[in-house]
Amino acid sequence: MIEGAKWRRWVYFYIPLGVFILWLLFPFYWMLVTSVRPDRELYRPWMAPNYAPFWTAHPTLVHIVDLLTQTLFIRWMANTLFIAIVSTLISLFCGLLAGYALSRLKFPGGGALGTGIFITYLVPQTLLFIPLASIIRNFKLGDTPWALILTYPTFLIPFCTWLLMGYFKAIPRELEECARIDGATRWKAMLYIIFPIAVPGILSAGIFAFTLSWNEFIYALVFLSSAEQKTVSVGVTSELVRGDVFYWGQLMAGALLGSVPVAFIYSFFVEYYVAGLTGSVKG
Amino acid sequence: MAVSDVISQRAYVAAPQRSAATRLLEDERWLAAVLLLPTVILLGLFIAYPFVEGVWLSVTDATVGVPGHFVGLANFTALLHDSIFLVAVQNTFVYTAVATVFKLALGLWLALLLNRHFRGKAFTRAFVLLPFIIPTVLSTFAWKWMFDPTFSVINWTLFQLGLIHSRINWLGDPNLALISVIIVNVWRGVPFYAISLLAGLQTINPELQEAAAIDGARPWQRFWHVTWPLLLPVTMVVVLFSVIQTFADFQLVYVLTGGGPANATQLFATYAYQIGVGTGLLSQGAAVSLAMFPFLLIIVVVQLLYIRRVEVH
Repeated sequence: MIEGAKWRRWVYFYIPLGVFILWLLFPFYWMLVTSVRPDRELYRPWMAPNYAPFWTAHPTLVHIVDLLTQTLFIRWMANTLFIAIVSTLISLFCGLLAGYALSRLKFPGGGALGTGIFITYLVPQTLLFIPLASIIRNFKLGDTPWALILTYPTFLIPFCTWLLMGYFKAIPRELEECARIDGATRWKAMLYIIFPIAVPGILSAGIFAFTLSWNEFIYALVFLSSAEQKTVSVGVTSELVRGDVFYWGQLMAGALLGSVPVAFIYSFFVEYYVAGLTGSVKG
Repeated sequence: MAVSDVISQRAYVAAPQRSAATRLLEDERWLAAVLLLPTVILLGLFIAYPFVEGVWLSVTDATVGVPGHFVGLANFTALLHDSIFLVAVQNTFVYTAVATVFKLALGLWLALLLNRHFRGKAFTRAFVLLPFIIPTVLSTFAWKWMFDPTFSVINWTLFQLGLIHSRINWLGDPNLALISVIIVNVWRGVPFYAISLLAGLQTINPELQEAAAIDGARPWQRFWHVTWPLLLPVTMVVVLFSVIQTFADFQLVYVLTGGGPANATQLFATYAYQIGVGTGLLSQGAAVSLAMFPFLLIIVVVQLLYIRRVEVH
């Protein structure tokens, strides 16, 4: 802790931390108060004398009700959930097997393949979205959830593999060798001895992968075209802005509700999420 | 008995069959090949193939629905004379450099604050990460609304504090727009830096700090000579990831300004999108986004070499 007088603790610790928290969380508060603000209060210029930004005098649920009944928001949520879950499961499956192979088996080309997967980990989505869009079209996957379910693993698998390799490397070889001396095959030792030990890692990778696919934007924007197929991010962006008119009440309600599933999962698994985050940047 | 004979005979036949596959999987090479097959197929189809396709597209004159002919490097030479592209390159570098410096400085500061013992620490840490986990596009809309020239809560606050006397057009003023976009990028990235660096800080043995304090080192000296060198490897990896993501950023700008006003916030990715998807000039769009590749490659190679050097020391 900071030594010395009490004021020093305020100046060097409480005030900076308070300012950070205010800055980081204010936009969420702003989403919340805007989403329950009636249009009459919402579209009052900041120069107006009765502009009261931090509080909504007459809260209303009209924007949220409109969002749920007048738009396809619920459909977008369901689409996003389906896409995020399936692509996460595919990536976990691939990442688990690949991570095991790369961290515990010796085979020719293993090092090169590991480097290759690390490099794909660094490829940003914006590098390949144009050629990928024409490939998706050629495969007749355009405007279907499968366009995203099959492409999201390209950034999720490298992440899962990388994270799980770290967990596998930490498991002592003797455990596997004991199982094999007792007559287990390599396959069974992997399935029944190694994978169960790596469950915390699998959970971290899964939660992180889920939030990454929930947040993905450019692939969803380019590969999907009809309103019924869209994900939350794209639906809110393209369908709640009509022409030049921004429906701010609905937009903020959509932003708030669209964040709920991720925030919900995050709140239950903060430790696993942080482990995934910090594990992902460990070399 | 006859029945049991049949069963045992069948079991006898089945056993070597099953062990043929098992025996194959006992060989490390075969097992590795089987385990890696799904990953290699998916990454091959949706990373390696698009990359080749992208290179091919960028040397043709293809548009949507028209296959196009080979035109050599014409698309790339055209880019060198494209003033918007040159602006986008410049913007991308400014955006990446400025945002990264602020994210690192503020993230490190926040990490040092969070590394202290105080009540509600776990709770605070969980809340601090929110900007990073909430879908970027959605939280960016909150910022767009906060930046709105007519209804801006930021303008109101600054006005009430007596810092401004007329409205600030955060996203509409070409001189301010890039700064506004950078503010949002820093907002979103600081939690990532803070939490990753916090994890790095927690691996540093506190006895080192105490030893330095006993030797008479002041807090600033302790940070600079003890903490910072030990934190450097983690920092470099965090910066590597962040720089790549920032350099290739798309969604923030797409939501806030769409690259405007007058291309003041145009980046590589937004320009590629505008040309490739908006106008349908596939080959030129592919050329714009592929032009990112050499820069990214240089960034990655330089940083990896630096990380290796830091880790050796």
